Amino acid sequence: MIPTSHYLYLALALFTIGVLGVLTRRNVIIILMSIELILNAVNINLVAFARHFGSVDGQIFAIFVVTAAAAEAAIGLGIIIAFFRNRETVLADEMDMLKW
Amino acid sequence: MTTPLPYFLDSIWLIPLFPLGTAALMLFFGRRLPNSAVSVLCVGSVLVSFVYSVGAFLQLRAWPFAALGYWPEKVLFDWVPLGAYHTDAGQLAQFTAEWGFLLDPLSAVMILVVTGVGLLIHIYSIGYMGHEGGYYRFFGYMNLFMFSMLTLVLANNLLLMFVGWEGVGLCSYLLIGFYFLRKSASDAGKKAFIVNRVGDAGFLLGIFLTAATLGTIKFTELGPAIQQMGLSVGAPALTAIGLLLFVGATGKSAQIPLYTWLPDAMEGPTPVSALIHAATMVTAGVYMVTRTNAIYQMAPEALAVVAIVGALTAFYAATMGLVQNDIKRVLAYSTISQLGYMFLACGVGAYIAGIFHLMTHAFFKALLFLAAGSVIHALSGEQDMQKMGALWNRVPVTARTMFIAALAIAGIPPLAGFFSKDEILWKTWSAGDIGQILWLLGAVTALLTAFYMFRLINLTFFGKSRVPKEVDHHVHESPAVMTVPLVVLAVLSVVGGWVGIPAALGGSNHFEHWLEPVISQPPGVHHAAALTDGAHHDPTEYVLMVVSVLLALLGIWLARYVYIRREGLAEQLAARWSGLHRLLFRKYYVDELYDALFVNRAKDLGTTLAAFDRRVIDGWGVDGSAWFTRFTSRVSIWWDTWIVDGLVNLTAWVVGVFSYPFRWLQTGRVQNYALVFALGVLILLAYYLRGIL
Repeated sequence: MIPTSHYLYLALALFTIGVLGVLTRRNVIIILMSIELILNAVNINLVAFARHFGSVDGQIFAIFVVTAAAAEAAIGLGIIIAFFRNRETVLADEMDMLKW
Repeated sequence: MTTPLPYFLDSIWLIPLFPLGTAALMLFFGRRLPNSAVSVLCVGSVLVSFVYSVGAFLQLRAWPFAALGYWPEKVLFDWVPLGAYHTDAGQLAQFTAEWGFLLDPLSAVMILVVTGVGLLIHIYSIGYMGHEGGYYRFFGYMNLFMFSMLTLVLANNLLLMFVGWEGVGLCSYLLIGFYFLRKSASDAGKKAFIVNRVGDAGFLLGIFLTAATLGTIKFTELGPAIQQMGLSVGAPALTAIGLLLFVGATGKSAQIPLYTWLPDAMEGPTPVSALIHAATMVTAGVYMVTRTNAIYQMAPEALAVVAIVGALTAFYAATMGLVQNDIKRVLAYSTISQLGYMFLACGVGAYIAGIFHLMTHAFFKALLFLAAGSVIHALSGEQDMQKMGALWNRVPVTARTMFIAALAIAGIPPLAGFFSKDEILWKTWSAGDIGQILWLLGAVTALLTAFYMFRLINLTFFGKSRVPKEVDHHVHESPAVMTVPLVVLAVLSVVGGWVGIPAALGGSNHFEHWLEPVISQPPGVHHAAALTDGAHHDPTEYVLMVVSVLLALLGIWLARYVYIRREGLAEQLAARWSGLHRLLFRKYYVDELYDALFVNRAKDLGTTLAAFDRRVIDGWGVDGSAWFTRFTSRVSIWWDTWIVDGLVNLTAWVVGVFSYPFRWLQTGRVQNYALVFALGVLILLAYYLRGIL
């Protein structure tokens, strides 16, 4: 039986990769993908603790997160396409209009 | 008024009102009315006034003055109730001017003359003005004049009289300038108006002084007020009033020195000259002096001035009438001269003789003017007597009526002018030493009058025709609407004097007895009382009568000799005494003198004031204040730009400067924010986990 801590290390690794991806990558699509990694790290945590405590609540919550992630991906991609049509770029460091 | 007044006496206030109504109608709506309606309305209203005047006259004859002691008066309302004040003598007086009408024998004579002669002239005007533009305007002004003149003569106080006085002046101005497109006509209107202003100023001052001295301006109260104040004969205040009022009279009645407007007034249509500048308005001064005789009787010095000015004017105007060629101008000078006679009469205390001459003069002078108008009408507008002649049988009615009028004014018995003029001359003669000098002037004037009138008659109706060819075949007698008034006036010119046949000729002088109650008889003035004594028979009176008739006949014969018998003699005489002739022809250069002394000086004053306005008021005042405003506004602009706005901008700049370092914190890059976010989370995490790790 694989101990729960292994799952947590995996989730921690995945979360760290996702955060680093969000902070360092320029392409918005990849940032979006990194966010998916973060969400999935959370999901692994939820499922791991659900098994650890013998409760089904965490699994149910993970399903909700997957649903929210799907919706978020759809909206995020839509925003990216709309933005690309206007500015012809998908690079995050060029999206700097929200300042004074 | 205690006893109720009979109808016509109660309605005297309506007499001026009828013409006023139609005048208002004409001036507001006349343009839309056909000429026939204008004629019916305007002549009709004067006819109604005439009927009411006759009615009032008849009822006044039955008025028991001896029993009542006052004359009928109709006060409509209290017009200027100013209240109490102190007179110069210190008494308390109650000043009030009523809108009231007084009918006494004097005003009765006047309203009969004004409405009667006025009616005839209105009828005549239907024919004379028939082809003129502005027909309704003419009759509107004429009716307005009738209103003003009737207000003037019916007024019961000086102030209301002044209203009428100004009203007739206004109408005179409007009617002289009736052909306002002609510059000479509008100039003549202005001249008449402005010259009259000079006189009116005197009149107004006279009214003020009367109110200040006597405490009343009602005619009926003047005499009693003088007695009550205890003013003696020759009191300076009374003399001053008399002279000031006479200044007004010299303006309105064209006496020296304010006569110059009347000859120019001939620019107006001829019926206007007949009505206003011969029969009625110009006699207003005589009427006023007679009306205020209570004052003049107490001011012998003023009265002497009246007499001397009157006699001089009579003679002076007659000399100018000798050489004029314009038919109407001859009549204008004749009018001035005859008005001089009337003032001469007033001046020697023979007011009744003055009014008598006023009445007969109204008849024959109106006739002369209307006949002259008829001649002008027949000659297609020609007024120059040098282009007339031999019209006796071509305009028969006009010629014969005008001949009668000329006889009347020359003073041939038994026509009207003889009685009135003779009365004046006789009373002048009897007024003492100075009277006899004045009589001499009057007698010479009578000779001149006869001469220039028959010069006019001869040049117009006799001798050889000098009428230009193109005018000649248009010559025609005027229509009946014009000749009938001529005939009526001719009859009046004959019989008009018969109401005043003096006792010396076996008459009973009704006219004098009729007016006697109006003339006040102050103590100490004897000659007037003696003169009105009908039983007075002086052989001198007959001598003077014969002399004046002989002088008139001499004048007529001279005119016939110079202008008919010896043709060309007139030109020879004029050439022999060319200096004198030119002096007379140019009217003694008085117009030029007045221009140099007053008119041009007034213009200079105007120019100076205009320059003052331009330089000082406009230059320094208006432009200066504009410059100052601009200057101060520039200062304000500078202040606003640099100080007020500068402060605002400084604040903004300071804020900008201090906020600058914080600007680059907000990069707009989401990842920066996310990095700070993540670091913050890690710091918080480290803080909370510090004990565990």
